[in-house]
Amino acid sequence: MSIILDKVNYVYSEETAYEKQALNQVSLKIEDGEFIGIIGHTGSGKSTLIQHLNGLLKATSGGIYYNGRDIYEEDYDRKELRSKVGLVFQYPEHQLFETTVFADVCFGPKNLGLSRKEAELRAFSALKSAGLPEEYWYRSPFELSGGQKRRAAIAGVLAMKPEVLILDEPTAGLDPWGREEILNQIASMHQELNMTILLVSHSMEDVAEYVKRIIVMNQGSILLDGAPKEVFLHQQKLEAAGLLVPQVTYLMQELKGRGIPVSVEVTTLKEAKEAVLQAFSNRRLG
Amino acid sequence: MLRDITIGQYYPSDSILHKLDPRVKLLGTLVYVLSLFFFRGAAGFAAVTLGLAALIWLSKVPLRYMVKGLKAIGVILVLTGMFNLFLTPGEPLASFGIFKITEEGLKNAGFMVIRLTYLILGSSVLTLTTTPNRLTDGLEKALRPLNKIGVPVHEISMIMSIALRFIPILVEETDKIMKAQLARGADFESGNLIKKAKAMAPLLVPLFISAFRRANDLAMAMEARCYNGGEGRTKMKPLKYTGKDGWAYLIMAGYFAGIIVCVWMSRNGRNS
Repeated sequence: MSIILDKVNYVYSEETAYEKQALNQVSLKIEDGEFIGIIGHTGSGKSTLIQHLNGLLKATSGGIYYNGRDIYEEDYDRKELRSKVGLVFQYPEHQLFETTVFADVCFGPKNLGLSRKEAELRAFSALKSAGLPEEYWYRSPFELSGGQKRRAAIAGVLAMKPEVLILDEPTAGLDPWGREEILNQIASMHQELNMTILLVSHSMEDVAEYVKRIIVMNQGSILLDGAPKEVFLHQQKLEAAGLLVPQVTYLMQELKGRGIPVSVEVTTLKEAKEAVLQAFSNRRLG
Repeated sequence: MLRDITIGQYYPSDSILHKLDPRVKLLGTLVYVLSLFFFRGAAGFAAVTLGLAALIWLSKVPLRYMVKGLKAIGVILVLTGMFNLFLTPGEPLASFGIFKITEEGLKNAGFMVIRLTYLILGSSVLTLTTTPNRLTDGLEKALRPLNKIGVPVHEISMIMSIALRFIPILVEETDKIMKAQLARGADFESGNLIKKAKAMAPLLVPLFISAFRRANDLAMAMEARCYNGGEGRTKMKPLKYTGKDGWAYLIMAGYFAGIIVCVWMSRNGRNS
């Protein structure tokens, strides 16, 4: 069970003045059950990349294999692929259209040809997984707040029971509470439902705390690919690509610069706390 | 798929047509459209074709890009052709049941389809070489005299520029929503007409909502900058004629005169 990309190229508006190479020789392997963060500056090709994974965009050249099968084969069922690889777009609340939240979440499973009962069961558990309180389920989606709408929209994709869930900037435009809630919900889905998750973001903080692997995109190609700790070691490369390492990392560097012996290989707040405590206890002992 | 719509789109380039004053191009388009409906006979046809070819060549816009815009009106072309072909009375050439093709019908259909094609190509040269802003600036200035008889020229051109500006935005938005619903297993292509129409709801509802949202935001932004219409408003880049605009007017006049001569000649030829 894996997704393999083999030298994928994608060119927008080929042979016009607007021509742009959005992906450049991207090769990638995504294993089952991974939790991956894809980061990159605006226009680095993140969104283009993920639209290839469920067959919405067709690569100009190169191959994509889902569970060992070439998705560009003539008789490959791309509709099924889309149900296996769930894609939550940026601002997914803009795609809500039904009269009630519940009906909207049923849209996906119904499209899969499931019975009404099965679709509703799925909608039920999807709304639960997305963490939308029951009191909102039978309201019009347009009466909900931004964060609630987003949950409803994420549930709409979850209801298709995808094996792989891709979220494009799921926290964009949310307040800090909303961000944390959504990210925690995604992390718990990863653990409980054992989904492969790809989280697209340009916020290092979002990504550093949750994911196990980071793919850094720059100008349509993969700049770095590895565990967060490894990736954040390449601070200069990241900064050259218009990205920052997490703020706590900068803080720890500053502390060390002022003569406090802390580790600078710190990427989350929790680790920072431990590193500082460690430094102090060392000092007390010494 | 939707990106193929090129009507009303601007194509950045540095051709001479791009640099002309928009008023020249507006009048030029008018002259061209008039000539399309005036011309008679082979000489006129040649003149119009030559004119269009010259325009396309001068605009430096790839022909393929322009022809793509024709796809959108393909259905209209075919329908017009059919109606003219089968419904023009005259000498029958061939007949299929109740339908018969007449010589006049064949001629009419041919000319009509060519006229429509040329019309779309010619007028798309205008929008492809002129940014919406310059286009409406030109329109506003050209129509300014109408202000005296109470026509709200500034408001009309503002509405036009907003409408033009929103075409690519809404096309992009449609593309995005379409993809989002495809990702949820929506199917816009298969099924009969009723099923297809029904499948449009998940696309149209969010599209309308987003259009209203954008309109609201825009109105708010205009209010916030104290927009209050054309009264006493000045331009940051006022339109000014330069030498090449004069030459363009001359060429235009020459072209129109040529067309009139062609019409006159073909009429005389028929009379004698």
